[in-house]
Amino acid sequence: MKLPVYATPLERAWAWAYRVICVAIFTFLIAPILIVIPLSFNAEPYFTFTEAMLTLDPAGYSMRWYDNLLTFGMQAPDAMRDRSWWADVWNNATWVRAAKNSLIVGFFATILATVLGTVAALGLARSEMPYRKAVMAILISPMIVPIIITATGLFFFYSNPCSVMGPLAPQDGCGRLTSTYLGVVLAHATLGIPFVIITVTATLMGFDRSLLRASASLGAGPVRTFFKVQLPLITPGVVSGALFAFVTSFDEVVVVLFIGSHEQQTIPRQMWNGIREQISPSILAVATILVVVSIALLATVELLRRRSERLRGLSPG
Amino acid sequence: MQAAPQAGLTTNDGQPLKAALALATARARRKAFLLVAPLLLFIVVTFILPIGQMLSRSVSNTQFYDNMPAVVAWFEANSGVAPDEAAFAALAADLAAAQAARTAGAIGTRINFDLPGTRSLFTSTARGAAGLEAPFREALLAENADWGRADLWAAMRSAARPLTGAFYQAAVDRKLSAEGNYEAAPPDQAIYLKLFLRTFMLSAAITLICMIIGFPVAHLLATLPLRQANLLMILVLLPFWTSLLVRTTAWIVLLQGQGVVNSTLVALGVLTDDGRLALINNQTGTIIAMTHILLPFMILPLYSVMKTIPPSYARAARSLGATSWTTFRRIYLPQCVPGIGAGGILVFILAVGYYITPALVGGASGTLISNQIAFHMQSSLNWSLAAALASMLLGSVLLLYWVYDRIVGIDNMKLG
Amino acid sequence: MKRLLILSTALCVPGLAANAQSLTVMSWGGAYETSQVEAYNKPFAAMKGITVNMVAADNPATPIKAQVEANNVTVDVADVEYADAIRLCDEGLLEPIDAAVLPPAPDGTPAAEDFLPGAVTECAVSTIVFSTIYAYDTTKFPQGPATMADFFDLEKFPGKRGMRKGAKANLEMALMADGVPADQVYEVLATQDGIDRAFAMLDKIKAETIWWEAGAQPPQLLADGEVAMTTAYNGRIFAAQVAEGKPFQIVWDGQVYEYDLFVIPKGAPNKDLALEYITFSTDTQRLADQAKWIAYGPARKSSGSLVGLYQDGKTEMGPHMPTSAENLTNALASSYEFWVDRDTELNERFNAWLLR
Repeated sequence: MKLPVYATPLERAWAWAYRVICVAIFTFLIAPILIVIPLSFNAEPYFTFTEAMLTLDPAGYSMRWYDNLLTFGMQAPDAMRDRSWWADVWNNATWVRAAKNSLIVGFFATILATVLGTVAALGLARSEMPYRKAVMAILISPMIVPIIITATGLFFFYSNPCSVMGPLAPQDGCGRLTSTYLGVVLAHATLGIPFVIITVTATLMGFDRSLLRASASLGAGPVRTFFKVQLPLITPGVVSGALFAFVTSFDEVVVVLFIGSHEQQTIPRQMWNGIREQISPSILAVATILVVVSIALLATVELLRRRSERLRGLSPG
Repeated sequence: MQAAPQAGLTTNDGQPLKAALALATARARRKAFLLVAPLLLFIVVTFILPIGQMLSRSVSNTQFYDNMPAVVAWFEANSGVAPDEAAFAALAADLAAAQAARTAGAIGTRINFDLPGTRSLFTSTARGAAGLEAPFREALLAENADWGRADLWAAMRSAARPLTGAFYQAAVDRKLSAEGNYEAAPPDQAIYLKLFLRTFMLSAAITLICMIIGFPVAHLLATLPLRQANLLMILVLLPFWTSLLVRTTAWIVLLQGQGVVNSTLVALGVLTDDGRLALINNQTGTIIAMTHILLPFMILPLYSVMKTIPPSYARAARSLGATSWTTFRRIYLPQCVPGIGAGGILVFILAVGYYITPALVGGASGTLISNQIAFHMQSSLNWSLAAALASMLLGSVLLLYWVYDRIVGIDNMKLG
Repeated sequence: MKRLLILSTALCVPGLAANAQSLTVMSWGGAYETSQVEAYNKPFAAMKGITVNMVAADNPATPIKAQVEANNVTVDVADVEYADAIRLCDEGLLEPIDAAVLPPAPDGTPAAEDFLPGAVTECAVSTIVFSTIYAYDTTKFPQGPATMADFFDLEKFPGKRGMRKGAKANLEMALMADGVPADQVYEVLATQDGIDRAFAMLDKIKAETIWWEAGAQPPQLLADGEVAMTTAYNGRIFAAQVAEGKPFQIVWDGQVYEYDLFVIPKGAPNKDLALEYITFSTDTQRLADQAKWIAYGPARKSSGSLVGLYQDGKTEMGPHMPTSAENLTNALASSYEFWVDRDTELNERFNAWLLR
């Protein structure tokens, strides 16, 4: 942002104002996310900075809301903190159970979305792919359709899954997918697929197809070529697609609210209940943990992106 | 092996080259399609079909049709005739059967939808329907004089068809009149068009604000040296990667009456303790929080377009005597238009369908059409009306999606 | 098609079912849920060696209806209001409960006589009497409001109001504030003019009102200073007053009280266990125990004498109950007959009014 030598005083003033504006906008973007971190250490159950916090008095800070995350929902929270206490945390604490559910659902949804999405992206990236635009539009649509419509559609479908077979459906239905882990995993995979498609096709755009012919000419079959040549080169794209899919699942609340039950209580669903009922600083402690997680994920994706660009020779790196 | 000269070129094994090429292309096309097929099938079965099935509920009208067979038969046999003794006899028989099958509530709920306040007419009359005796007209009118109402019979006639447009009529604020026609609902009951309008206005406002504040940031990122730009880019991407609920929570904490913003302003003496601003549970809250959440979707496409604009054009314009404002307006801005369009449509599409954030920070005045769909799904349980509203919302989103595809191209969508 | 068939066969296998037997109860969350967990769930779980899950809803009647209609029942027992219990039963969405299985009082009085009048119906058994009242923050109004009319008086008592997002109780309160005596409220509300009159009263405070949905929200709104006064369920305010020491004051004038009942949704996964849970929970001792945790009156006469102190061991529960004599001077018993028939219509009108 160097000003040219011929800049007028007005332009110089504007350049300064511009910087101030940009700083303000960056503050608007980032401050709300950072503000929850100190507040989650508040010793008082309020959402403002107390006197003690502002004067950096250690008494104004505490870990009680983090402790509360462990003890909430336990059978015997006041017992001695020994092995059995931790076992109680692991099995019964509401937030720990929610975290386990989120990770289980996120893991399987990510696997499903990544495998299906990557294979499809390989097809979509070929110039011979028929009806490419129309197919792409269908595959990306879960990202565009308002989530409430997806959730209501899936609610009816999962209540009686074989009803889509129309007259071929068995008379008394075939079980249900609502309130099951399988249902939530399938739904989350659907929501994550557009992200895998977008990132993997973007990576494949820069992929040199002559490498495939070179591999074939050296006698490798298509499967071997895929695993030995293509996959290593597009791995960064696949991994960031998978991370996007995971975050989509990890952050999803509306579909879980509609088709899940208390058995599939995930972190976002638990947060939603907490925010609607009583937004205690425990929610801020969860929020802080999630912010740290997202910083880690972002760092991973950034590193992958740079690696991928370096591999493809797009960036000085 | 003798190649006929008139047959054109052939391959080694003697086939015409054209045919062999066509065969190879077809094989390649099939291969590419086979790779996509599993996912396409998955999406169609677990996403497209369920949504289609849900939308079909918006015209489904079976609660009355399935449970009142005799009355339905009478309507089919006598179109445009005032109800006679046979009609009342059919009604009495159906109500008695409904009481035994416990469907009177469902029937009443359906008629109540067109004619509020009539649900109890069905449930209460059904309780004693088995004891009714001929002449049924007099017996039913003695039970409740409302059975003689013309608008009630018009509503029943409209409910006696298995498919209906009634829910779409309701979704555009039109109600059944006593004559059996649809007409505009009285202003105190007309809500949905207003709500659609509010949804689009708020989304437009959010999109506009995102454009205005996203532009300088994208410009800064596009003009800074790469290393610094990458660093600042993290500030844009972090909110993008942070949980939606975390960001919404953060805004609740900041904006509520005793929240950080108000308390800071009070502490600074800008506000008095009684004069705290109402920043949440209203439209202000919805706009602020949603602008924050959707801003990265504006900045990223804008940035990728601005990156491709060569700075030499601006220098050329300046050297030809243009002021910096003219250069910006005539040279730079027109080249940003694709980015503004891409970001704008994306933000608008996402905003129109928003649910979580308005539900938590919007109060009564800051909620959107999605929240009303959720209300009919979860509270009033008028699933057909929810489906009708949903299909209208979906229609407008798909229209925008199509526009986006025409302008930007779906393959050009980028993330991070 | 083959894939579809494989998919549908796979679906026939139930999802990852919980291995130990468990019972799921749906209630209203917050302090009320805590009281039920302490008084009913913990002893029942210990006695049967099972787990009892608690699920919260804004009003369990709506998810129950949705679950039964979508053939997706996951809840065994639900806690609903009177009008909803009657209506759901009318529509065939609940399992009938044979009143004969309910245990008699300790002195041998049969359950049918021991329960308060109307507390046991074809499909539901009452547990408590609760009340919708309004409460205010005493630090904001040292000379606090005292009547229902004060709640609607923004000039005398400025500040934000909180009200439940729904027609029920709000319309009654509005009419009482407008000077309608409690015993004529439903007569007036049955007429179009009466409804208009109630909405005109609500119009006065609409611009200043925050609408809550979950019962746990109003004490939170008061504590956060988001509202100066709010309608609420009396037990929630009591919990905030006594357990958390919040400076709240309940105004009993114009309270609207009614029963809360346990029901079993049709097709509940553990129907028999659900019935056992209900008979266990609604015996004399259990109902009295619940009153140790929250200020709701037990639905059995024999439980009344067993109610003593709050679990802190020093707060006398009597004066905090909706049914205590001094709180009943101007009180309204919610009419289920009225709401069974008018609920849909008035809520539609209420929502249209809200969005206007």
